[in-house]
Amino acid sequence: MALTLFRGLRSNCFRLYPSLYVARKHGVFYCSMTSAEGQTATQEKQQTQLKSSPRKESPKIEEVLKNYEAVIGIETHVQLATLTKAFCSCPYNYGAQPNTSICPICMGLPGALPVLNSKVIESAVKVGLALNCKLSLSSKFDRKQYFYPDLPKGYQISQFDIPIASDGYVDIDLPVEFGGGHRKFGITRVHMEEDAGKLLHTGNGNFSQEITILSYKIICSLLLVDLNRAGVPLLEIVSEPDMRTGVEAAEYAAELQRLVRYLGVSNGNMQEGSLRCDVNISVRPIGQLEFGTKVEIKNLNSFSSVGRAIDFEISRQVKLHSQGQADQIVQETRLWEEGAQKTVTMRKKEGLSDYRYFPEPDLPGVILSEEYINEIRESLPELPEMKRRRYEKLGLSMQDVLFLTNDINVAAFFDATIATGADVKLAANWIMGDIAAYMNNEKLSVNDIKLTPQELGELIASIKGGTISGKIGKEILLELMAKGGTVKGLIKEKDLVQAKMPSSRKVMVPKVKVKLPSILQMYLRLTTKRQIFRFGYVLKVGIGEVIPAFFQKIYLHSLNLAAN
Amino acid sequence: MLSSAQTPRLLRSPTTTTTTLKCFHSSPIPTSASTPPPPSQILTTRKSLLSRQTSAVDLAKSFLHRLRRHEPQLSSFLHVSPDETVLKQAEELDNKIKNNEEVGPLAGVLVGVKDNICTYDMPSTAGSRLLENYRPPFDATVVRKLRERGAIVVGKTNLDEFGMGSTTEGSAYQVTANPWDLARVPGGSSGGSASAVSARQCMVALGSDTGGSVRQPASFCGVVGLKPTYGRVSRYGLVAYASSLDVIGCFGSSVADAGILLHTVSGHDKFDATSSKREVPNYASQFVPIDYLESKPLKGLRVGVIRETFEDGVDSEVISTVRDAVSHLEELGCTVSEVSLPSYSLGLPAYYILASSESSSNLSRYDGVRYGNQVFGDELNSLYGDSRAQGFGSEVKMRILMGTYALSAGYYDAYYKRAQQVRTIIRNSFKDALDKNDILISPAAPSVAYKIGEKKNDPLAMYAGDIMTVNVNLAGLPALVLPCGFVEGGSAGLPVGFQMIGAAFDEEKLLKIGHIFEQTLQGYSFVPPLVADEWTC
Ligand SMILES: [Zn+2]
Repeated sequence: MALTLFRGLRSNCFRLYPSLYVARKHGVFYCSMTSAEGQTATQEKQQTQLKSSPRKESPKIEEVLKNYEAVIGIETHVQLATLTKAFCSCPYNYGAQPNTSICPICMGLPGALPVLNSKVIESAVKVGLALNCKLSLSSKFDRKQYFYPDLPKGYQISQFDIPIASDGYVDIDLPVEFGGGHRKFGITRVHMEEDAGKLLHTGNGNFSQEITILSYKIICSLLLVDLNRAGVPLLEIVSEPDMRTGVEAAEYAAELQRLVRYLGVSNGNMQEGSLRCDVNISVRPIGQLEFGTKVEIKNLNSFSSVGRAIDFEISRQVKLHSQGQADQIVQETRLWEEGAQKTVTMRKKEGLSDYRYFPEPDLPGVILSEEYINEIRESLPELPEMKRRRYEKLGLSMQDVLFLTNDINVAAFFDATIATGADVKLAANWIMGDIAAYMNNEKLSVNDIKLTPQELGELIASIKGGTISGKIGKEILLELMAKGGTVKGLIKEKDLVQAKMPSSRKVMVPKVKVKLPSILQMYLRLTTKRQIFRFGYVLKVGIGEVIPAFFQKIYLHSLNLAAN
Repeated sequence: MLSSAQTPRLLRSPTTTTTTLKCFHSSPIPTSASTPPPPSQILTTRKSLLSRQTSAVDLAKSFLHRLRRHEPQLSSFLHVSPDETVLKQAEELDNKIKNNEEVGPLAGVLVGVKDNICTYDMPSTAGSRLLENYRPPFDATVVRKLRERGAIVVGKTNLDEFGMGSTTEGSAYQVTANPWDLARVPGGSSGGSASAVSARQCMVALGSDTGGSVRQPASFCGVVGLKPTYGRVSRYGLVAYASSLDVIGCFGSSVADAGILLHTVSGHDKFDATSSKREVPNYASQFVPIDYLESKPLKGLRVGVIRETFEDGVDSEVISTVRDAVSHLEELGCTVSEVSLPSYSLGLPAYYILASSESSSNLSRYDGVRYGNQVFGDELNSLYGDSRAQGFGSEVKMRILMGTYALSAGYYDAYYKRAQQVRTIIRNSFKDALDKNDILISPAAPSVAYKIGEKKNDPLAMYAGDIMTVNVNLAGLPALVLPCGFVEGGSAGLPVGFQMIGAAFDEEKLLKIGHIFEQTLQGYSFVPPLVADEWTC
């Protein structure tokens, strides 16, 4: 049950920094329970259903679930963010007017030939290396043949028996709220292929309608094809069946997203279809060696739907097993229905489909040299796993580590901040707290805010050094994020300077007077150590906010006085 | 050894074939009969245009006139460019020449283009109903190059649907006749181009050669046919039949014309990943006038005669004519020996498996969704099925079925994969033979042109006719077919062509040998009687 709430729950642990995960420039990619603003109505609805539905299950199924084990593998399609398509010079822009980015090549006109965009290979090698794969120095393209109106040539250029990369693994850290823990999942293969076009319907077409069109009686005049996406390069990443839970699967998918974003090879956006996950899942009684019947789940548009669909499917299959109806689990493709929160049959598999693969004669083989691979290896950025381990060594908690490394831009901001000498924990807190909250409210990414890591470093130093209070720091931070500028400039402009280390009480008084005259008057009337101490306590409780450095200095000063 | 196998040769009197041949150049070598070797129409055109002896408009008019005059009998063209379009281009060239502006090397050259090569201003049907009225939005790279160099495309020539056939009877639109005998096929699949060049309906023509589709019709029609090395010429804009075998080839009435045409269309193309980046030599430098040649101009060249191509199944008259050609090469100084390519007979089945497999895939795009006649269906599968059932001809359907079968799970290893292994063996055996020889020789086809309808219902007999040529495509090598004699048939004999196979990218050597052979071959004229009395080049 906990699993179904996976992504929703995740942000609960960041209550102090609410709704951090929610918005990015390119759309929502993590939903957060604690931030209603960041959610669409549907998501809220889902969350409610989620909360209630699993609880309605009889406790019996919980017991039964313990006796079974799910075996999960994921096929992920990553759309590469190359400037042009895989085999022609058309650009691809998501959401462009239908059929505005097409040419004879991606339309598959007679006589047109594909020519490989070398950036596709570069991206594939990057991803292959990042997934610790073995690279094929000599691979090739093959044709995968089937008829579908969104496939202009009647075949998809793909890689069949020799993928460019294979036999790798990926390290992930499970979210702390799910017990945490490190996992290593095998990567079977990574191969290059081209995307297909999109079918449009004159009616209110949706994904499931598109998919099931073969089984509908169609009137052709109503069926439109948009070929903008045809020929856009994809990487298909196939995992080993190493995952056992929805949490693991969702975290695997999230890690792939982080990876492609870190590498800069894709925007990894699930809503736009830049990252698509198809899940293969079977269930078997614990202890059984052979796999159960495999079911494929499609139409998973978010990590939370990956997790929820898997958990739904596990209980569906386990229920059938436990009721002696395991034979009703058939090899099929099921669709995840977001509205109903369940999987439904899309098509049964009648034998293996024969794609009649054969080597693509229009493209020469893909030959990689060791030098080329090494050059790319050396150019790789610090990857999520490496970053997580480094942050861990910096002394950050796993929660902080996972938060900061989730978005490469946030991580880069954090790295740049601590590079100014800022305290690691303080920098993390600021970023995960006020900055994340601001980004969330304003729907901005870390790159959109005006605050620079240098100024955050300066801010942290100014607070630590006692130039300003934490409260003023927060005010300044808002200003810096919204308008930019420097910490020093803002302090000067607003005359927010907190007393420097005072040489005497008198020097200090006039400056502080401006801000807190009454408190100061009270303070000046105090004489004993005990009085001063109590005063501090009252101040804290009464106002809930203290200028700590100020207080501290006064306190020390008083101690000195008392000692004298 | 060779001569012992020689059968009595049927010698035709050259005077019966032409008597009124007139050309710009008289033959540099005095011959017993008044049959000068064929001049280069391209070089002649250039010379006469630049010297203002003639105008591009006049040249175009005379060709268009002949084209239209013979077209009702020949049906070489599926589409002829309107007179005003051709004449307008010719006029522009004339104006440039008049103003002493530079014109391209092919200025005023009238070219026929096989209809499976895309032209943006003309239909490009590939001989199929499925592409009826289809007009590509782009020119094939070869066509673009031709136009850039001043050539004028006069029309699109007939072919077997998608290039699948050896007679041009497989066109969905019309049957082309052989200019040497209108009751006979011109060969195929580039039969329209061969017929048009033979009947002087255009000066040169482009064809495509997947298993012999340039060379066999060249042989049947008595013209020069050049199949370049795979990768020498861009395939961009060639409607694909079998991508790993398809090559755009050249037709001319002389070796020089075929060579100059090849030079024009050759070279790397960024739109064809299989096109070679090798530099293109200037083939024209090989076409030296004959009077500059020594007595044994081909001295030292090693010629290998492929034994397996002179065996059973090849007409004895064809064999003897080709043997005479070999003797002629010997006279020119070549050292002739016999070579054996034991894998030769494996080429035919391997070729048909690979070509069918690739074609079944290449033709998948004709699904009725984007172009061609769409047959409405209430289900997607019936839309596909019916559009394809009505759009494709029977030969195409048969090859799609064969190819689909060969690529299917469970059969792939036994057919496609095995055929690829055979292909490697053939490629290696050619390489060995060409390490020891400069060129290899075979007949271009086992027979001369046969009657229209003769093999229409016997596909296996038709396939067997490709035995001489398919191996060359499997090996990706260049080959030049040129006419070397006649056998009895028709009103004036039927031409026989022989094939010279060279090492990869060694077109230069083929053209050199071919040119010298052609210019020194005495006693034959390969202008068909149909146009002999009007042909003045
Ligand atoms: Zn394109």
